[in-house]
Amino acid sequence: MSLERKDIISAKQFSREELEYILNWAIKIENDKGNYAKSMQGTIMATLFYEPSTRTRLSFESAMHRLGGTVIGFSSSSVSSVKKGETLADTIRTVAHYSDLIVLRHNNDGAATFAARCTEIPVINAGSGSGEHPTQSLLDLLTIQQECGKIDGLNIGLIGDLKFGRTVHSLTYLLANYDINLFLISPHSLKMQNRVMDYIQGKGNVKIKETTNFIEALPKLDVIYMTRIQKERFPDPEEYESVKDTFKFEKEYLDLLKPNAKIMHPLPRVNEISSQVDDSPHAIYFKQTYYGLMMRKAIIGLVMGVFK
Amino acid sequence: MSELTLRIEKIKQGTVIDHIEPGKAIRVLNILGLDGQDGRLITVAINVQSKKLGGKKDIIKVESVFLDNEQLNQISLISPKCSISYIKNFKVSKKFILNIPDKFIGLFPCTNENCISNAEREPVMSEFMVISEKPVKLRCAYCSRILRF
Repeated sequence: MSLERKDIISAKQFSREELEYILNWAIKIENDKGNYAKSMQGTIMATLFYEPSTRTRLSFESAMHRLGGTVIGFSSSSVSSVKKGETLADTIRTVAHYSDLIVLRHNNDGAATFAARCTEIPVINAGSGSGEHPTQSLLDLLTIQQECGKIDGLNIGLIGDLKFGRTVHSLTYLLANYDINLFLISPHSLKMQNRVMDYIQGKGNVKIKETTNFIEALPKLDVIYMTRIQKERFPDPEEYESVKDTFKFEKEYLDLLKPNAKIMHPLPRVNEISSQVDDSPHAIYFKQTYYGLMMRKAIIGLVMGVFK
Repeated sequence: MSELTLRIEKIKQGTVIDHIEPGKAIRVLNILGLDGQDGRLITVAINVQSKKLGGKKDIIKVESVFLDNEQLNQISLISPKCSISYIKNFKVSKKFILNIPDKFIGLFPCTNENCISNAEREPVMSEFMVISEKPVKLRCAYCSRILRF
């Protein structure tokens, strides 16, 4: 099995076997950091971020530095020739001469697929529109596996904006490879999109339960994956007002949880998890960022063909 | 059949589209941009009995019109498996069943306004993969949006 020279565009591209291979590599590198500290020496990674990012961009860059490689790129389209009107295609064709792999975040759905068609070097999708964010879902999977000790058999709840949230789309695609019970918990107008539902039902591994009742579902869950509900996603502002606090995790809800339940969040958090929850042993959303670094080191090395 | 023949005039040259799914002939005419204003002979039969489809079908006969690939692809979305006959001197010169292609490139835009294939000035054409023929479902090669026909 090899991911060498492959683009990482969609969580749908991975088989269960490949997922286990990637997860194993992430753990292997972490357990033997010193041995991998120079493995990307001489390699340049370009991070092209057309949209804001803290964790994704910095963890990719940190991962590359920790593997001995170097990084070029921009963190806002306003400081590149994009501001002058340069197309994505032209930017990719140019940067491909300056680097060995490209990490791209873009506001358009499908931008990473298009970018990958513009160059021979590997392209990693770091979030495109409201479509997908495959490396976030890989780190989420690693977090679940490491913190819960397994993935199969778990009751996993995805909560919040399931319609436009690219992280939950990609995570759902990955979880479709496992025998789990998936609780999709959202306001009615932010339900999971049909294309995602079609995919997961087609795989046939997952038992799905859709509900709008967050509190009722909480005691059943092993993993509570919270996401942000954005006001601008609602056509009717009144509807936003009616649901915004319904999908907020308050401190008192901790009493409802299973003893080993884990609360996750892709971050940034705004107000969907009370800060009073942060110190709870159930809360692992900051630990997720640590797994993010582990996962992105593995992805970089695997795509560049260094880890094999 | 003889009753039908009486009602539908023969054409000297042009195209017969037969076994169109019932009720879809008007949409096919729209694809072909035919509204009868140019004076050419067009015969349309809607919801006539069809042994082949085991129920009803539509038929279009249009004089002096032959279809290009783009038009054929568009019709295949509306009514795959209809039959196309080209007529020359009152005789069938070519006949074939219309199959839906594996993919559609540049034929129509993605319905997702935020899809990269709709981005201004990017050198990209829309591209859809056929994921189901009955009912016809296409998936955008870029944003994965599914279009149903």
